[in-house]
Amino acid sequence: MEYEPVIGLEVHAQLLTDAKIFCSCSTRFGAEPNSHTCPICMGMPGVLPVLNRKVVEYTMKMALATHCRINGACNFARKNYFYPDLPKGYQISQYADPLSEHGYVEIEINGGKKRIGITRIHMEEDAGKLLHDEHNPLSYVDLNRTGVPLIEIVSEPDMRSAEEAAAYLRRLHEILVYLEICDGNMEEGSFRCDANVSLRPKGEETFGTRAELKNMNSFRNVQRALEYEIKRQQYILEGGQVVVQETRLWDDSQGVTHSMRGKEEAHDYRYFPDPDLVPIMIGDTWIEEVGKSLPELPLEKRERLIIEYEISPYDAGVLTSSRALADYFEEVARLSGKPKIAGNWVMGDVLRFLNEDKRDIKNCPILPGSLAEMILLIEGGAISGKMAKEIIEDMYKTGKEPREIIETKGLVQITDEEALKKAIEEVLAANPAQVEQYRGGREKLFGYFVGQVMKETKGKANPALVNELLKKMLAAS
Amino acid sequence: MDLNSLTIHELQEKIRAGEATATDIVRDVFTRIDAVEQDVHAYISLMKDDAFVEASRADADIRAGNLRPLTGIPVALKDILCTKGFRTTCGSHILHNFVPPYNATVVEKLKEAGAVFVGKTNMDEFAMGSSTETSYYGITRNPWDLERIPGGSSGGSAAAVAADECIASIGSDTGGSIRQPAALCGIVGMKPTYGRVSRFGLIAFASSLDQIGPFTKDVTDCAITMNVIAGYDSRESTSVPMDVPDYCKYLSRGIGGWTVGIPKEYFIEGIDPEIMASMKKAIGIIEGLGAKCIEISLPHTEYCLAVYYIIAPAEASSNLARYDGVKYGFRSQDGRELLEMYKKTRSAGFGPEVKRRIMIGTYALSSGYYDAYYKKASQVRALIKRDFEEAFKRCDAIMTPTTPTPAFKIGEKTDDPLQMYLSDIFTISTNLAGIPGISVPCGFTGDGLPMGVQFLTGHFEEGKLIQIASAYEKSASIEKSRPGL
Repeated sequence: MEYEPVIGLEVHAQLLTDAKIFCSCSTRFGAEPNSHTCPICMGMPGVLPVLNRKVVEYTMKMALATHCRINGACNFARKNYFYPDLPKGYQISQYADPLSEHGYVEIEINGGKKRIGITRIHMEEDAGKLLHDEHNPLSYVDLNRTGVPLIEIVSEPDMRSAEEAAAYLRRLHEILVYLEICDGNMEEGSFRCDANVSLRPKGEETFGTRAELKNMNSFRNVQRALEYEIKRQQYILEGGQVVVQETRLWDDSQGVTHSMRGKEEAHDYRYFPDPDLVPIMIGDTWIEEVGKSLPELPLEKRERLIIEYEISPYDAGVLTSSRALADYFEEVARLSGKPKIAGNWVMGDVLRFLNEDKRDIKNCPILPGSLAEMILLIEGGAISGKMAKEIIEDMYKTGKEPREIIETKGLVQITDEEALKKAIEEVLAANPAQVEQYRGGREKLFGYFVGQVMKETKGKANPALVNELLKKMLAAS
Repeated sequence: MDLNSLTIHELQEKIRAGEATATDIVRDVFTRIDAVEQDVHAYISLMKDDAFVEASRADADIRAGNLRPLTGIPVALKDILCTKGFRTTCGSHILHNFVPPYNATVVEKLKEAGAVFVGKTNMDEFAMGSSTETSYYGITRNPWDLERIPGGSSGGSAAAVAADECIASIGSDTGGSIRQPAALCGIVGMKPTYGRVSRFGLIAFASSLDQIGPFTKDVTDCAITMNVIAGYDSRESTSVPMDVPDYCKYLSRGIGGWTVGIPKEYFIEGIDPEIMASMKKAIGIIEGLGAKCIEISLPHTEYCLAVYYIIAPAEASSNLARYDGVKYGFRSQDGRELLEMYKKTRSAGFGPEVKRRIMIGTYALSSGYYDAYYKKASQVRALIKRDFEEAFKRCDAIMTPTTPTPAFKIGEKTDDPLQMYLSDIFTISTNLAGIPGISVPCGFTGDGLPMGVQFLTGHFEEGKLIQIASAYEKSASIEKSRPGL
């Protein structure tokens, strides 16, 4: 029997606010344990939460960017469970009345587009962290992360393969980072994902029994874990057995999932509206205001770039992979007036340098203006493409302007016809046999002459001019 | 004359006239405490040393002519209010060693107003009780009859004022915990509108019902104290940003032309005949002041107790989850792993009444029961609130007995939680509706036990509440006898 996987994802994204969601403690990552804490986020007796308005605004941004409906009134609920990283014994989250619902994002899959539904996006607070002593039976609690604002993005069970799930996840990640509301760092846990996956016979309407997967901290691991889990469930079903509803942990080193807890051990979170917080009323004016503040989103940008600059969809995809990179490219394109060439330089050399150094485009030593100038120098014939390769490497290393590098290195291209004619004459004189053969019909030798001329001029000759003169001079005689 | 037996306004006159210093007042208070505290046991902990230091500071202020609203006035705090650097137990073993690093907003406001803190008063554990018998720190006795309970949960705060072990005190009221002990101890106690006095630093029992209020010897002192503690607090989301009027201005306005509603549902079987008689007398006094008393109906009254005993425990079950032995307070040393540590800590740290309510609340919120209990209770709560809104379209204030009986004997109801819960039957609806209420003494039973009458008004109408309470108090002229300790 052929089985079809059904996948839904729950994504938790930490919001980039300066302060925590219900107190004024800093959200900065990596500080001394328990240094970013106060009686409120430590859950001391008698303290009360007050909502950080920025959290609502950021969540609204994500809701609007994913076509969600923003509810006019929403509220916070308490999710009750005991764990040492949860100092109040409950997490303040949203349950019956989330901030937003019924949205979608589009993913590209097998050359086509597919909509993945978003059930809801809601706000909540993060929990702390436990640090376990490796040598003693002791655990330490770090509450710095407690109360850091999170949004939870719950998808519809619309994905049918691990590949689709990974594409959806990348799309969400890209939007969050574009909106500048999440740094998207998966290793530090600012972007986390749980997956629900089940199998059903192809063509069947009803869902099979699902497993919930946790502990996947990279795009690659999400895809690997899902692929493993799909195979595991398929094996069970094909063996005539039933899948058990449970939570499973992904083990990266073994490349397998392990059972963590079963359905009967599942928590009853006893959600109820948090009486310490009042309902949040969101009027149309506020929604409009936030809507106006949204930047151009990756998909829109991609489509605009393809039309505006006549670049390929693939190139547009690479160039819009981050907002800063797209901005960089557009700046170079605008200043040089040569978008295609600009794109090639950005995607080629610039990205290669940055990747080698694991450096962000925001810290690129080559300013868009300098790159544009270099492109204009090539176009104007002042330097050759080959020279430019050398120049751009220097620009990256030193941050210097192209003209400065050209001058100090004496790299100005020879565009003087007389000088080039002289060089060509010398080459032709030195290779009489080849000249004979060429004139006898072996036109392939043309490239050989070009190479010789370039060698003679140490690469400084303007190639277009060399071509033109060579043709003329070889035809003559 | 013993300064500790005077009211705030009487002491203020003496201070202004140079007839008493703050140190004199504080000394008299502690002399009284030394004399009667072993019988009454109103306090969990005393702040004697600090009190004398603060008193001498107050005296410096007095000499400098810098008089604030409560300069030099000894005030007691229910041990549910967080006091920076001073142990705050909430009447529970689980917080026996908890020292908050912050003050409750109310504590800050009282400090700024010049009050001198006497100590932290006894209370039912986590304010769960109507007799102060569930405290981990022993029972408090009613100063009028040491065989009887002072009411609860703020029994220590009420007894301390009644026994002249302080001049005024602060309590909290979730279902009657200020008004019921005020009535049983023969003093004035007010529960303000929900959102009027900041809850920040008040250890939560039931967050949507809890409200802080004063215990005083008369209505004038109630107005003076309310002027200090009321007001918006940005640290609380449910605090209401509304201006606070000068409540003292309502003290001698009279109530001529007012309509006062008497809810028929409150005159139920089981009310003590002497309470019934005192109510009739009180109605006569109100009418004598030029007000018209009319019968009104609060049709959902019969559901109040049931609704309260779902909502309050549900919120409590969540509010008390933080006492897990991990961060502060009592931790059982027997637990070998996490779950065992939790269980042993909470089993040993909480008393039986707290455990009962945590279990009721946990059950009411459980999946499969939520709709039938918590959700239904919230819906009925909305109807109870509407009953009052409808009633206040017809009348300026509502008048009821504060309690169905006078103070009962110690141990009388400890084995019967339902009987105990019934002692709050007239006060609970106020908290569910969020409106303010006040209990004012209305005489004594033949056995010499105090009784109280309760007045209620609409949201944020504490001014009107003080107006009617003050008019009644003056006209009723209840004998100012003191308990014969």
